[in-house]
Amino acid sequence: MKFPPFEYACPASLADAVTRLSEDDDAMVLAGGQSLMPILAFRLAAPRLLVDLKNVPGLDAIKISAEDVRLGARVRWCDIEKHLGLSVAQPLLAEAISHVAHYQIRNRGTVGGSIALADPAAEMPGVAVTCDAEIALTGKSGERVVPAAEFFLGAMETCLEPDEIITEVRLPPWPSDRRWAFKEFARRRGDFALVGVAVFYDVDANGCAANAHIGVIGVSDRPCRLGSAEQIINGAVLDATVIEAAAEAASNEIEPMEDHHAPADYRCALVKTLLERALTRAMA
Amino acid sequence: MLVKFNVNGDTVEVDVDPRVSLADCLRDVLHLTGTHLGCEHGVCGACTVIIDEEAVRSCLTLAVQVDGATIVTVEGLSNNDALTPLQAAFRKHHALQCGFCTPGMITTAHALLTEEPDADAERVRDVLSGNICRCTGYVPIVEAVLEARAAYANPDKADAS
Repeated sequence: MKFPPFEYACPASLADAVTRLSEDDDAMVLAGGQSLMPILAFRLAAPRLLVDLKNVPGLDAIKISAEDVRLGARVRWCDIEKHLGLSVAQPLLAEAISHVAHYQIRNRGTVGGSIALADPAAEMPGVAVTCDAEIALTGKSGERVVPAAEFFLGAMETCLEPDEIITEVRLPPWPSDRRWAFKEFARRRGDFALVGVAVFYDVDANGCAANAHIGVIGVSDRPCRLGSAEQIINGAVLDATVIEAAAEAASNEIEPMEDHHAPADYRCALVKTLLERALTRAMA
Repeated sequence: MLVKFNVNGDTVEVDVDPRVSLADCLRDVLHLTGTHLGCEHGVCGACTVIIDEEAVRSCLTLAVQVDGATIVTVEGLSNNDALTPLQAAFRKHHALQCGFCTPGMITTAHALLTEEPDADAERVRDVLSGNICRCTGYVPIVEAVLEARAAYANPDKADAS
């Protein structure tokens, strides 16, 4: 399996990279290449030009401030894993990313690449949607910032224009007493999840859950929130009964895809089990 | 495209098409055939090499991407006639049978132990989970890597060059 022929550009600035993309309607962006290269090997894509971002400055920064946490598009999974501040500033992100791929892939795979690929079972898009992240894009007509919930349009489908490059993922600040958990099930550790759930909520002065965010990956064509389960959690004092009701509602709300990995019923059961485990963990 | 990088201590300059993977460049252009290609789409780990001190799959990396980089292949982890501590541990624990996956196991283990000489069994298993072996059942490989840790805790002994 050799890659199809293509030209290679390695621009030294974001502006140059955008220009190269806009000049060729059959160009693709190369960041870590850990998904793009297999896609090329399988001839699922055969672009005329690859625009490598490796020399574009400023895309590999992790910035933590009171306003938000910003992950540059070229931040790699191993960078998140080794960053001491992120496990406090964005613990759900850090935990979810610990499930991504294998050692060697983690040394190359990037945040921006995963967001751009938009695999429905990938952790990073799931975290972005669950946490109300914003995605910063730069194209010929300038910069725009898109909420994650509007960015993903379907399986491997996003609102990225052909001349646009993801520069940053921005996550809202994370209160230190927030309750959270991430659970996923994959046949083999490091493989794409059959189903994953990301959960967080805050606890108000009366001990009730508020601001519940429950996201799920691997069940539909894009990561999504489970509103029915969030409604049950919000305003409730979490216990086994509430958790079971929320998990049941979540399982009923989804209409999972069916493929050779698992039938729809199995994914429904997984959502219920994983959400029960996640909420129990978050509550503990 | 002309690409210049360092491999196993030697600076090399090669002229390759952009579509050539680093693995193919190492094997076919530089004749470093110790790097094995199994799946050629990033699943089996046999082609693992060390780029700038990090274990990377050379089938998912283009040769043109490593311009200026420092690369170590399995050939760079041998010590002529004497076995390195990692090689000696693999031999002692029968950590290979057919040997096809071994270059990837050695490069991965070397990268891991260089950075984390105190890696525990769980960490070793987690890291090696990206490398497929169809012969050994993995247990002897994990045992070998765990045994080699001692040499990496003492950098003098682990020096493979």
